[in-house]
Amino acid sequence: MATIVQAVRLALHYGEEHLGVTDVFGEDVGPPLGGVFTATQGLKTAWNSPLDERGIIGTAMGIAYAGGRPVCEIQFCDYGFNTVDLLKVAGNQRWAGAGEFAMPLVMMTPSGSGIRGSLYHSHSFESLASRLAGWKIVMPSNPLDAYGLMLSAIADPNPVMVLLPKALLRQKGDLLLPGEPKDQDELKDRIDAPVGDRIAWKPRWPEMQAHFVPIGKASIVREGEVATVVSYGRTLPLCVQAADQLAEEHGWSFDVIDLRSIFPYDWKAISASIEKTGRVLFVNEDTEVTNFGEHLFRRTIDEHFYDLTVRPRILMGKHLPGIGLNQVYEQNSVPQLGNIKDAMRALVEDPA
Amino acid sequence: MDDQNASSVKRPRNAPRGLASADQFLSTDRCLELHRIMVRARKMEERMIKMSKSGEGIFWIGGPGEEAINACLGLQAKRGEGPAFDYFHLHYRCSAVMVALGMEPLDSIRQMANVVTDPFSRGRNFPSHFSRRAWNVLPVSSVIGIQWIKAPGTALVQKRHGGDGVSIVVGGDAGTAEGDFQSCLIWSTRPQNELPVLMVVLNNGGGISTTHCSQHSCNNIVDRAKPFGIEGEIVDGNDPVASWHAVERGMKVCRTERRPYMIEANTSRLYGHSSSSGAPRTNDPDCIELFERRLIAAGLIDESTIQTIHDQTRDEIEAAVAQAVREAKPVPGDEHLFAYAPNPDDPTYPDDYTGLP
Ligand SMILES: Cc1ncc(C[n+]2csc(CCOP(=O)(O)OP(=O)(O)O)c2C)c(N)n1
Repeated sequence: MATIVQAVRLALHYGEEHLGVTDVFGEDVGPPLGGVFTATQGLKTAWNSPLDERGIIGTAMGIAYAGGRPVCEIQFCDYGFNTVDLLKVAGNQRWAGAGEFAMPLVMMTPSGSGIRGSLYHSHSFESLASRLAGWKIVMPSNPLDAYGLMLSAIADPNPVMVLLPKALLRQKGDLLLPGEPKDQDELKDRIDAPVGDRIAWKPRWPEMQAHFVPIGKASIVREGEVATVVSYGRTLPLCVQAADQLAEEHGWSFDVIDLRSIFPYDWKAISASIEKTGRVLFVNEDTEVTNFGEHLFRRTIDEHFYDLTVRPRILMGKHLPGIGLNQVYEQNSVPQLGNIKDAMRALVEDPA
Repeated sequence: MDDQNASSVKRPRNAPRGLASADQFLSTDRCLELHRIMVRARKMEERMIKMSKSGEGIFWIGGPGEEAINACLGLQAKRGEGPAFDYFHLHYRCSAVMVALGMEPLDSIRQMANVVTDPFSRGRNFPSHFSRRAWNVLPVSSVIGIQWIKAPGTALVQKRHGGDGVSIVVGGDAGTAEGDFQSCLIWSTRPQNELPVLMVVLNNGGGISTTHCSQHSCNNIVDRAKPFGIEGEIVDGNDPVASWHAVERGMKVCRTERRPYMIEANTSRLYGHSSSSGAPRTNDPDCIELFERRLIAAGLIDESTIQTIHDQTRDEIEAAVAQAVREAKPVPGDEHLFAYAPNPDDPTYPDDYTGLP
């Protein structure tokens, strides 16, 4: 099975072949490296940019104005903060330009903690991104969704930000991508560049097929009755793990919702699940003041106050300037499996 | 750099012994002092690379191959706290500056081991992310380029303050693509407000995997300073003698004329970008090997003395690693410390930060 990195690479290849992608670019994105996480190895339109994030976003906008279909990368979301004014503008071009200027660009960037990345490779970006009206924002938590959301992002006429959970980039999925060879070694052999000299290397792309995950559609990863857990990105598989453990230990069954899209978010799915269970926990790792999850929390109170059996809960990263390298810092700054499990247990045990 | 010829041609018969590069001369004492610093920084970094692989540390980034120019910077700086002294806006390949300033390798190794005794970040930041208030070493950030736009600020205060303090800013070649680099040029040269900023670009030929010449018109970086009227020069950053004199000239302009100067130093990246790329040894020219060959050829040191220096340094570093890895780790709750400065008038956080109000 492909990893998220391989899935992104295959999606970009599909995008080049079938969806008109003209440029895949960013720092170290082109040969010889093909991206610091190797997500862009072997792509025919991939090229290296100067070390200039504002230049990357501005150039992507320019390419999009002029009819291209760019996919640009910010090497780590931690280095995207100096692009925020350009991101604002990319999001408002159509609105500001009387509907005349669409902005079909994709920005992809690794986001979140979990790679022992210290201060500047551990930031989350989705809360900030959620404030950029005009953008669609997605965050897959498995390779198949990464493939499907990337295709939808490329095809969308709006600017779409694809946040890739740093911690999960190299994890294999448990479902095949459409067109992916069954044998993992064969996939690797075909599309991973060899270590060392790559001058003569060319990928042998498998014949990939379309698979569009609609932007704005959540996925119900576990179905249950007792309570609802809503998450995405790094914390999603932890929520699933906790749900499975609690099912085993107590026989409790949870709805675990992988939101997949930050904007537009799938309110219908959240809403239906809350109506069913009356108990909800939102989990993400972005810092708590202020956090995108709080918006979902607010709507929950506004629209489901009388459907709730107990108070809703939310688990987030602490309000801190960064995440420290020593793992004691990291474990005490952003939700870990134990914290999530405790919060889920408390949610269920809260007397009605 | 043919110093034997250079020295035999240029140096008068009874001149003090030392090394020469072209017509620039450096005394034996100074050479040996620089050599010692370079070896200490190198052995420290090489052991840190091992730590990143052995589990004694997590991630390594640092400056092997860039010791010569960095050691010259550290040795010629005015070390102290406040605007009367030099400020350092460094990047993550400047450990030889710190060793030259007097840092014990143990401190850097503590940061590598992410123990709470790490004096620079309490086990929070990556290695080579120094900070030391007593020496005006401002916290190194992983964010490429931002040091360039902070340097004019300290230089402005230094100029106002009087005296001859300089703001030294160091960055890589690829990082000069960030707008902050140009901001530094602009802010350091406002008419009637020129600032004593010593700008040092360590040009090791690229960033991560991207070569310099694939992204920048391959003119010299120092030429980008010219339209701003900033004087500058290119130097072989692997040559401690040439580097010493370049730094001396730059410091002199900044200290006495209170205006900026740029040095573009060609250097090597001897272990690739970081431990993320496996930190394999490259074939780039090695400033220490080159220096030692010259020192021996000029009769300023012999091989066995060099070997002794290497051995002693290795022992010092091994002892430092053994100590650092045994030291205290942070404990839960430590993540809050120092997020806000205490303020007795603040009803919420009169002392340290403890979380949400
Ligand atoms: C703003 C920002 N963007 C991207 C990165 C990721 N990154 C770390 S080092 C580096 C290359 C830096 O090259 P250069 O400035 O030449 O310094 P060198 O590492 O070669 O010494 C990049 C792209 C970063 N740290 N900061």
